[in-house]
Amino acid sequence: MAAVAADADAPGPRPWLLMSPALTAVVLLLAVPLCFILVYSFWLRTAAGGEQVGFFLDNWAEVLSDEFYRDILFQTLRIAGLSTVVCILLGYIPAYFIARSTTRHKAALILLLMLPFWISYIIRTMSWINILGVSGALNVFLLWTGIISEPLQILYNEATVILGLVHFLLPFMILNIYVSIDGIDTNLADAARSLGATGWQTFREVTLPLSMPGLAAGSLLCFVLGAGTYITPMILGGPRNAMFANLVFEAIITQLNWPLGSALSLVLLVVLGAVVVVYTRYAGIGQLAKSFK
Amino acid sequence: MNIFSSWSLIRAFTVLVYLFMFLPVAVVILLAFNANQFGSFPMEGVSFRWFIELWHNDAIVRAFKTSMLLGALTAVISATLGVLASLALVRYDFRAKSLITTALIAPILVPEVVLAVALLLFLRWLEMPKSFPLLLLGHVIFTLPFVVLIVQARLVAVRREFEEAALSLGANAFHTFREVTLPLIMPAVFAGIIFAFTISFDDVTGTLFWKPGGVETVPTQIFAMLRNSISPEINALGAVMVVITVAVPLLGVAIARRMAAALR
Repeated sequence: MAAVAADADAPGPRPWLLMSPALTAVVLLLAVPLCFILVYSFWLRTAAGGEQVGFFLDNWAEVLSDEFYRDILFQTLRIAGLSTVVCILLGYIPAYFIARSTTRHKAALILLLMLPFWISYIIRTMSWINILGVSGALNVFLLWTGIISEPLQILYNEATVILGLVHFLLPFMILNIYVSIDGIDTNLADAARSLGATGWQTFREVTLPLSMPGLAAGSLLCFVLGAGTYITPMILGGPRNAMFANLVFEAIITQLNWPLGSALSLVLLVVLGAVVVVYTRYAGIGQLAKSFK
Repeated sequence: MNIFSSWSLIRAFTVLVYLFMFLPVAVVILLAFNANQFGSFPMEGVSFRWFIELWHNDAIVRAFKTSMLLGALTAVISATLGVLASLALVRYDFRAKSLITTALIAPILVPEVVLAVALLLFLRWLEMPKSFPLLLLGHVIFTLPFVVLIVQARLVAVRREFEEAALSLGANAFHTFREVTLPLIMPAVFAGIIFAFTISFDDVTGTLFWKPGGVETVPTQIFAMLRNSISPEINALGAVMVVITVAVPLLGVAIARRMAAALR
């Protein structure tokens, strides 16, 4: 932000010209459409399938008072929260390992970490059907060993939805924690050790607190991405494991109830937006951009 | 306190986590070569029949062409808009700069489902039907922030003096950009193009909302096929997709490295 260009005194219209295509795109394709969600949410769906223009609070009354929507919202936050916690538990140690390994290993480990970002989300999600399905690897193996005589029904529940989300979100978590640990001056840990701290104490008192920004950024990303998904519950969840975005998809695509879908989208936007706002109050948005450098 | 053994534990844990990330995908690729007609374990030998069936499946070939075209157009448009905006953000000082930076990053802060609904509603208000251009615009808007972040990071590191030298030698702004700035940020531009392409090629969340009836991309085609049951054909299609989305960036990294090396 502080980079003052040579012609800062009189930049003229040039920066605006350069920026106008991207800015037009963001305004026309994001800002204006978001306003439309708000407007639509006050309209009413007619019996004929059209919309009645006006200012009706019916959708909002339904969304805010119906326990069904509240339950699904809590279920969504619970699934996203648990996935984030599992990502932290699984991700911290590998991130530490990458940051503290030798240069040659580090490059290979990071490249491997980037691979999942390039492997299609839908394929990574459906791959679990091959492992946990009725005729999946696990069941075939257990049947073969004779431990079980009937295939286990382990798919299509909340646990497999969380499993799928963790599998999708883990690289984001590892990458963010890694960036943070890698930025810590190793002299600090050495200093702690030379002052008599044990390895564990050094980690707890020096490394862990200093890696918190990365941990927070990773958690934010995992939580927001996890809470906004509808594909994972559709592929790996059962009928009772719907998340909030599934309700939006159902309202807009299946029922064509645009006003209700708008109100539901806004609820999701406000809830997740609040999480982002709380985060930026404490950490600043800059941390998120670090993993791109 | 044996440091060596705790480091071994850390390493072992890391290996397990990496296995967790890659094993399921490896199983997809393995099963794609399964001769067994149900596409499940146990494997009954290696065969290419599912890849051949993919090739003869019109719907899949069509989805594939759609995805390629969509990904390529998204990448080109996104990169162009992103590079221009990054130039403005890094090279000039103007009012409301931090607000505009946030606005350009905003599409990744808004949940993709909400973005999808918003764009769809706007289109409905304009009384335009769902179409391929809508799909393209949608993909451009959510890949744009990635290009901006990547190119901006690189541009900050390009010293202003190089451009000033060109300008003082009589080059105009456009010449300076083409001959000095662009070659210097090319690795980042390239990375942005690759990033935009793979994100677009992989996307299913927004695409399911925006795609017109009858148009399928590879991921939505897989999604539709999953509705029935998991077939060896899906695994084969998955294997092809993995190869494309991994090979393209790897090739990109290699080319970008070569470019960066040539600049030194």
